[in-house]
Amino acid sequence: MSEPLSTSAAVKPLLEIKNLQVGFQTQNGLVPAVNGIDITLMPGQTLAIVGESGSGKSTTAHAIINLLPGSGRITGGEVLFEGRDLTQLNEKQLEEVRGRMIGFVPQDPMSNLNPVWSIGFQVEEAIRANGIATGKEVKQHAIRVLKEAGLADADKRLRQFPHQFSGGMRQRVLIGMGLSSRPKLLIADEPTSALDVTVQRVILDHLATLTREIGTAVLFITHDLGLAAERAEQLVVMYKGKVVESGPSREILENPMHPYTQRLVAAAPSLASRRIQSSNKNLSDLGYSAPRAAEGLDLVEAAEARAAQQASTPVAGGPAIKVDALTKIYKIRGAKRDARDFKAVDDVSFTVERGTTMALVGESGSGKSTVAKLLLRLEDASSGTVAIGGTDTAALRGRALLDLRRKMQPVFQDPYGSLDPLRNIGNTIAEPLQVHRVGDRASRRARVDELLDQVALPSALATRYPNELSGGQRQRVAIARALALKPDIVILDEAVSALDVLVQAQILRLLADLQAELGLTYLFITHDLAVVRVIADHVCVMQRGKIVESSTVDKVFDNPQQDYTKELLNAIPGANLKLGV
Amino acid sequence: MTGYIFRRILQAIPVFLGTTFLIYFMVFAMPGDPIVALFGDKTPNPAVVAQLRAQYHLDQPFIVQYFIYLGGIFRGDFGLSFSGEPVTAILARTFPVTARLAILALLFETFFGILVGLISGLRKGKLFDASSLAVSLILISLPIFVIAFVAQYVFGVWLGWARTTVSSGAPLQDLILPALVLASVSFAQIMRLTRASVIETSGLDFVRTAYSKGLSSRRVIPVHILRNSLIPVVTYLATDFGVLLVGATITEGIFNVPGVGNTLYQAIIRGEGPTVVSFVTVMVLIYLVVNILVDLFYGLLDPRIRYVK
Repeated sequence: MSEPLSTSAAVKPLLEIKNLQVGFQTQNGLVPAVNGIDITLMPGQTLAIVGESGSGKSTTAHAIINLLPGSGRITGGEVLFEGRDLTQLNEKQLEEVRGRMIGFVPQDPMSNLNPVWSIGFQVEEAIRANGIATGKEVKQHAIRVLKEAGLADADKRLRQFPHQFSGGMRQRVLIGMGLSSRPKLLIADEPTSALDVTVQRVILDHLATLTREIGTAVLFITHDLGLAAERAEQLVVMYKGKVVESGPSREILENPMHPYTQRLVAAAPSLASRRIQSSNKNLSDLGYSAPRAAEGLDLVEAAEARAAQQASTPVAGGPAIKVDALTKIYKIRGAKRDARDFKAVDDVSFTVERGTTMALVGESGSGKSTVAKLLLRLEDASSGTVAIGGTDTAALRGRALLDLRRKMQPVFQDPYGSLDPLRNIGNTIAEPLQVHRVGDRASRRARVDELLDQVALPSALATRYPNELSGGQRQRVAIARALALKPDIVILDEAVSALDVLVQAQILRLLADLQAELGLTYLFITHDLAVVRVIADHVCVMQRGKIVESSTVDKVFDNPQQDYTKELLNAIPGANLKLGV
Repeated sequence: MTGYIFRRILQAIPVFLGTTFLIYFMVFAMPGDPIVALFGDKTPNPAVVAQLRAQYHLDQPFIVQYFIYLGGIFRGDFGLSFSGEPVTAILARTFPVTARLAILALLFETFFGILVGLISGLRKGKLFDASSLAVSLILISLPIFVIAFVAQYVFGVWLGWARTTVSSGAPLQDLILPALVLASVSFAQIMRLTRASVIETSGLDFVRTAYSKGLSSRRVIPVHILRNSLIPVVTYLATDFGVLLVGATITEGIFNVPGVGNTLYQAIIRGEGPTVVSFVTVMVLIYLVVNILVDLFYGLLDPRIRYVK
């Protein structure tokens, strides 16, 4: 695994990580996070480290520039940067390396800028600290750096504060800061994970152009295999603190050797949607065979199985959900002359047939979650109607509203926030039954066991608490709770967005199985078109509160009508990968 | 900005009316007849009593008395104490003393509290941190009069560094010891608050980003860690400054400082209704003004508050 990745022997590697070990000091002794990894990066090259949360990829990035959080420390190995071991440097020498030779672009643009200092101040201090410019030139340099990073009106916005910038703009500032000293290496730790796909694409394109111009090598850290393969020549796959596979991106994607990599490739929605796409265009012609999972599950298989299932069970009865000219207006607070109306949902109409899945897709702020709130009657619509199973919900009060809630249950995005930490799992799942006075103690108990079984969790889990469960397990619990009242409709608001790909694939599979088994109707709200391809029958694409395109999944993916839809599709990571060619 | 200040002042009006009404009502409800009490053991002449009652509007219903009093306040007339001295004159004499003491105490607690808290927070779990936490716990646990008497004994009697009581005119050097005593409890609170805040801020993402830019600790600590950590500390300092300004009854009493707290205490003991009400009214006003000033100061410290209206 430690052989050099480059073919050229004459060029010395820029960064050579040899047998690096990192551990975190806890009360139970040293807990290893990185267990002896080897990575080699040549000058000007882009290398991606891929792995799920907890794989040690971010820890590796922090260890290189010796900025491990809290109790973390390097316990062994070498980090050779231009032949110099960074682990042996003192604080003063490290300050010289950081910023000037190795730039760093952090993960979350919301938390990585100091909220109390202006953007200009924070860029300028980086320039000054690295001795790039002095006196009045510092400001000029800051403006130049920000303009390069794609902030066109940098000179006007220098005095503004981080909260006056959007997420994408903040990430540009961070990229500008990371590259301000023309470093030889840029470490980009999930630089776009918190952003919308279209913004992600623009920013990564820009970053690629910029680093190519400057000749900066990039160490790119991501959880998205499709993104990694698209953006980097070399891939390193990490799992539980170890490198399980490394090599050229294309090779790994087409012919993953390690079982873990095979599972990752099979479960990545961005790649799966791509593969479904190519299978429509006659897969055998391309001479491409999808890498099947050695163990675990393949999203393509899951999607195919689901499609077959849907085709074999014809839709019965009227539409489950019928939304007509739905509009929601919020009043924006402000001084009298600033007060105005904001149309979060603007004249939205769609129909969801019984037993099918409708995906509502859009970027943040498009109004998709507001639609969910209106459907659930958590908020009242400004105008328009929502009919659930033929009944207009607007007029429902008291008992009738409670009955509506029985038929329609939500699952939310954050499995850490949506479960009460003080209630055990059994009580959490049984709560809807208690609220609706269904059955007695014993029958509720039995129903909880049944539900846990349905979401593939052991019944012993009923007495455990949320903090003892993993993210995927928690989301299963949330689904079990939603199913407790045997609803007809489940509204899934970004229900898989916070999960690692392998877990995400499992949950998607579970949702498909439950739909086939119980004849559920799903309204699946997501920002991730790739997931839609796998799970949904119909798609509504939302932009600024309006539905811009509405059709079947196949039509939207194969023949998108609107520019916005095309843009979204192009922005799926890996969309431009030529798989199987 | 001006709109914001105007709104804050409007909000202060019902608070002012509510508190003065409450205070006036409570003094009114106090047992005993103040006019009779004036005469001590002597049996007063009913005609004189009636005349005095009319003079102080005591023959009017409670609510009328309150409005007469309120009207006086708006004309700058806070009434007379029983000794015949205008309450405003008493305030003019005592308030500067209390203000000097308060500012001195505030300087002590701010400087030492933030300094010790910062060092503790940066060296979490080390010896300095553990010992300053222990000291602060002792200071918080001890009643202030114990600290005052110990300080009086050690510095005043034993070492002879300071006077045990404040001499007339309350010169600054005499106020140092009472100010230190007054600052001790708040020092401990500020130290702990700063420490917790520094520990939290040190772990935030933007601090790591600051280091990744190549900045040294000498820059990151004051500019990125301390500045952000001060926001909760300022909240505490502000309320504390309000408390200090309206007088520290116990400390002023022990060190015989001729300040607001001490005078108010004497007035309560003597049952001087008008003095008590007027003093408390002025205290409420000061408290409200300090609070508005602090809210404005917040904006300087945190730009997010400045721009969100």
